[in-house]
Amino acid sequence: MSLKDKCAIVGVGYTQQGKLPGRSAMSFFVEAAANAVRDAGLKKEDIDGVLTQSGYNQNVAQFHSMEVSRLLGIAPRYTNQASVGGATCNTLVHQAAMAIEAGLANYVVCIFGDNAATGGARSPQPSVSLDVGYGQFGAAAGYGQAARRHMHLYGTTHDQLGAVATSFRKNAMDNPIATMRKPLTLEEYHNSRWVVEPFHLLDCCLVSDGGAAVVVTSAERAKNLKQTPIYIMGMGQSAPCYVPNDVGGKDPTGAKESGEEAFKMAGITQKDIDLCELYDCFTFTALVTLEDYGFCKKGEGGAFVEGGRLEIGGALPTNTAGGLLSESYMTGMLHIVEGVRQLRGTVEPERQVKDAEIALVSGNGGILASHSTTILRR
Amino acid sequence: MTEYKRPIPTVTPLLEPFFKAAKEHQLVTQQCKDCGTWVQVSLQTDQCPDCWSRNLEWKTLSGKGKVFTYNVFHQPYHPGFRDEVPYNTAVIELDEGVKFLSNIVGCANEEIKVDMPVEVCFEDVNAEVSLPKFKPAG
Repeated sequence: MSLKDKCAIVGVGYTQQGKLPGRSAMSFFVEAAANAVRDAGLKKEDIDGVLTQSGYNQNVAQFHSMEVSRLLGIAPRYTNQASVGGATCNTLVHQAAMAIEAGLANYVVCIFGDNAATGGARSPQPSVSLDVGYGQFGAAAGYGQAARRHMHLYGTTHDQLGAVATSFRKNAMDNPIATMRKPLTLEEYHNSRWVVEPFHLLDCCLVSDGGAAVVVTSAERAKNLKQTPIYIMGMGQSAPCYVPNDVGGKDPTGAKESGEEAFKMAGITQKDIDLCELYDCFTFTALVTLEDYGFCKKGEGGAFVEGGRLEIGGALPTNTAGGLLSESYMTGMLHIVEGVRQLRGTVEPERQVKDAEIALVSGNGGILASHSTTILRR
Repeated sequence: MTEYKRPIPTVTPLLEPFFKAAKEHQLVTQQCKDCGTWVQVSLQTDQCPDCWSRNLEWKTLSGKGKVFTYNVFHQPYHPGFRDEVPYNTAVIELDEGVKFLSNIVGCANEEIKVDMPVEVCFEDVNAEVSLPKFKPAG
C-alpha cells in the first residue's frame, strides 16, 4: 500500500521570526498552530491529531505534545512528539499521513517552535565528555570535519560553499519574514569571521525565535477545504546514525536512501522537480544533499551550486525563502511551509517560481545521522 | 606552568581503563574479542556495535596514524578555551583502523593536512587525567 497522494497539506502557519525577546517557546508553538489551522479554514474542534518537535532550548516539557495540546485546548485522538534532529519536521508530516491513512486521526497539525535566539542557552552537559575535553563543541565541529573531508576528496572550495550562502541570501531578499535580507557578495562571505574552520560565520545557520506549523488531512477531505491542496506525493527516511568521527568518508548521507524511497513512491525522477527546499544547517549540508539526491554526481556538488543554479530564476531554485541560513532556523518546518506556498502560487510575486508543480523538501539531523524527504505536488 | 583552564573530562566508570592507561602514557581502545571490531573510545559503550558481543577488551594501540580530518576553532564555546583560540581538533585514524578525536600539537594549525602522519604523545592534566594528543610523526 503506497501513501502516494493519499494525504495533503491544507494549512500552513508561522509567526514572526528572528530575535523576539520575552516570549516562551510554547508561545510560538500555539501561535503557529493557530495560524495553520485558520489558514486551512478549519476550526479547533476539527483537529484531532497533534505532533510536535520540541525546540532545542532548555526547560522543554517532558510531555511536550500534550502540553502543546493543552495550551491549544485540543484533546487529540492521536498525539506524539519526535526527535531525529533536523530531520524531524518531515517525519512529523509522514507520521501524520500514516495516522490519517490508518484512521487514527482526520486533521493533524505538525508544529515546531523555539526561543533559541533570546531564551537562553541549550541544556548544559551533565558531565564533561572526552571530546569536550579536547575542545570539540557544537554541530559546526562535526559538519566541519565532514566538509573538510569533502574538500580533500573532491576539491570542493570555499567559493563553492560561498555560492550556496549567496544564492540563498538572494532568494531571501524578497521574503518579508526572512531575518537576513541584505544582499551578500562572495567577498563579504569570505570576510565573515571563522567560527569553526572550514566554516565562516556565513556558512552557519541562524539561531532563531519563532514557530511554524502545517495541517495534514486526507486527499478526500482536502478537496472541500479553503486552500489548494498540496499533495504528499512521496516520502522517504533514512538514518545512517554514523559515528560522528567517522563522518566524511565516501559513504553517502541519508539523503541517498531517503531520496530514492521518496522518488520511488512519487514515481518521478530528479528532472521532474521544479524547486527544492533543502535542510541547510551549514552551506555544506545543502551541497552534499544535492549530490546524494542524484541531482549531480558524488563529488560534483561544488560545481553544481555555482553559477546561480539555485537562485529563483535558476535551473533548480533551492531554498526560495532563504533557508536556515538566511530565513530562520525553524529546523525544517518553514521549508515545508515554503514548499507548500510556492506550489499554491501564493508567495510574493518577486520570488514565485513560475509554474511550480513539484517541490522536494529535505530534513537532516545529528551529524548527517538522519535524513527525511518529502515530495509535494499541487 | 599556567593554570589548566580547559574542562577536564569526567572519569566515567566505563572509561576508567582508558584514563588509567593514559596516566601511564598508553593509548588504549576496546576491541571485540569475538569479531575483532575496534570500538571508538568516545562511543562509551560496553557492547560491540557490530556483532553485539559483550566480550570487549581494552587493547594498547600503536599510537601511530594519520589525520582523517580536522577543524580549527576560532570561536570559544567554553570559557576554558577563551585563551586557546584558534585551536584545532582532529580525528586521527590509527594504523589499527580505529579513529580517535584529539588535538594536534607541535605544529601550527596552518601546517595540519589531511593524511598527515602523526604519533601519540601525552599531556598530564592532573592526578587522574592525562590526555592523548598527537604530534607530527618524525
